[in-house]
Amino acid sequence: MENEKQYFFDKPNNVKRVLYVLYGCCVLLFALDFVIHRHVLHSWESLWGFYPVYGFVGCVILVLVAKWMRTFLMRSEDYYDEGEADLNGKHSADSGGHDVDA
Amino acid sequence: MESIVQIQVATMWTLEVPPFLPFFIGALIAAVTRGTLRGAIMVAIPVVSALHLWMVPEGVHLQFAFFDYQLTPYRVDKLSLMFGYVFHIAAFIAIIYSLHVRDTIQQVAALMYAGSGLGAVFAGDLLTLFVFWEFLAFTSVFLIWARRTRRSYQAGMRYLIIQVLSGVILLIGALFYAAENGTLEFGFIGLTGIAGWLIFIAFGIKCAFPFAHNWLTDAYPEATVTGTVILSAFTTKVAVYSLARAYPGTELLVYIGAAMTCFPIFFAVIENDLRRVLAYSLINQVGFMVVGVGIGTALAINGAVSHAFNDVIFKGLLFMTMGAVLHMTGRMNGSDLGGLYKTMPKTTVLCIVGAASISAFPLFSGFVSKSMVMSAALENGYDWIWLMLLFASAGVFHHAGIKIPYFAFFAHDSGLRVSDPPNNMLLAMLIAAVLCIGIGVYPAALYSLLPYDTGYNPYDATHVLAQTQLLFFSALAFVWLNLKGMYPPELHSTNLDVEWFYRRLFPVAIQSLFATTWKLDGALRRAFVTRLHQCLHYLSGIYHVPTGLLTSARPAGSMAMWVAIFLAGYLFLSFIY
Repeated sequence: MENEKQYFFDKPNNVKRVLYVLYGCCVLLFALDFVIHRHVLHSWESLWGFYPVYGFVGCVILVLVAKWMRTFLMRSEDYYDEGEADLNGKHSADSGGHDVDA
Repeated sequence: MESIVQIQVATMWTLEVPPFLPFFIGALIAAVTRGTLRGAIMVAIPVVSALHLWMVPEGVHLQFAFFDYQLTPYRVDKLSLMFGYVFHIAAFIAIIYSLHVRDTIQQVAALMYAGSGLGAVFAGDLLTLFVFWEFLAFTSVFLIWARRTRRSYQAGMRYLIIQVLSGVILLIGALFYAAENGTLEFGFIGLTGIAGWLIFIAFGIKCAFPFAHNWLTDAYPEATVTGTVILSAFTTKVAVYSLARAYPGTELLVYIGAAMTCFPIFFAVIENDLRRVLAYSLINQVGFMVVGVGIGTALAINGAVSHAFNDVIFKGLLFMTMGAVLHMTGRMNGSDLGGLYKTMPKTTVLCIVGAASISAFPLFSGFVSKSMVMSAALENGYDWIWLMLLFASAGVFHHAGIKIPYFAFFAHDSGLRVSDPPNNMLLAMLIAAVLCIGIGVYPAALYSLLPYDTGYNPYDATHVLAQTQLLFFSALAFVWLNLKGMYPPELHSTNLDVEWFYRRLFPVAIQSLFATTWKLDGALRRAFVTRLHQCLHYLSGIYHVPTGLLTSARPAGSMAMWVAIFLAGYLFLSFIY
């Protein structure tokens, strides 16, 4: 596979271009807040940048909390297999959890 | 003239054919046919049945008396029709998706399962509902077991136990309901009395309420490639339908639904198995529907029902794309995948359509239905609930909209070079994708089928801008976290959830309870035996001496005495006779 075809995202420049498009869209959308008049149902909605800030902060908090949850929720992949194999008096070697049907 | 009469007779007769019947008959035929013929029959059944359903007017079409109660196995109204239509679409797509499968069990189970879902939504009384409720459980479990691994067998068992439990609670609730109200009619029930609560709990288990949700994330990812696609369409939607029928406007549902939208997204972010990520996101989407049912206004119910309609299609599409990945690579963990866009371009694009739909991008189907629930929440003063829904909307984009396509098709190059899946799978995904975009672009078609006419328009500048801003800045957050290296990597792991209680704590507790019991029992027995030995020893110390009662060495004197006694006895008897 030495001369493998170069795919779109194999070039770092293409990745950068996609990101710049995203940044551009974000700036544009933020700016539109000042242009478009909203029909708001709730007073928070009329705050400038409410939705962008809520979306960004919400997602960062989501990911950080989820990451923190790993510290007490994460176990090895065959955590239940071991226990259930013990209960059934079987070994977990035959788990074969990744088989595919025909 | 005669032909008109014949047509009338024919329509009158076919009116009484409830939609589950073609599916059950089809399952019978599928069981005895093979190959292309079976495939053709299976594809034809949802088409014919859907055409038939399209012509059926609203009303009660089948009714009979059962002891003192009126049973209505076939009742049609706008609410049940919506679910009836989408179940046909889901069955049609799923059957095309699984045309390559050569496994009689799966194909028969799929048709029976789809038929049971249809039976449940057209059931006009609680007893019929219960029957189909249990049918849903018993037919769908074979789609899990068909994976034929030890893991899927055990997951299927747990699934079956929980589903049957839900059915049993429903039956008890229905009996209470009959006793309280003197009827079994399945209409508005409300949270009053024992019956109301029991039926609510039964629906809640099937609807994956928090703490009762784990059967879904446990079992669905263990089903076969095609099985998961079919499973995702029916069970939870039947539960949503039942809630919309029996508990609209129940405020408790607003809070339950809001919790359902929020908690699964945390699990979805750290989950490695991508089909399990989708299972968590399924709970999140059902949460929006439950909130809509809980608010209970015309707009909210419309939102809940149309979101259920759309969710069946876009969640099915996402499960199909992940199924295609599993089918081609044999892997489903985000940590083992990546870079598949290079050789699976069509699947990648279809997955992105599904991701955009579930994330509710404008012009995709999720947008036109989810925004109704959000608007209804605000209109009815549920400000905090609205904030939770908004957070969940950003979150679903994060885990289902970005994470699923990103880790499967982009991210690091896993080196896997597999082609797009077989054509039937691509075709099924294409149909779903076209529907996602079609409904998003032209929502009026969907809206015309809804139970209420609210004149709602999702495409005003306010909504479109707000939703686009929310989504783009969520994407920005994803990019930022990734560039900073703060995004949690995909790891081979199991994350503990409620199932820990019944998969680990309960068995371990039972095991140690039994172990302690056996130990105690053994100790007691040993103590008893020891004490018995001591007693015997003591007694033998007294009596086990040559002159004692228990001696083995009898003295000759006592022998002579006993002989004398016997002889005296004979002598006495000879005097009597």
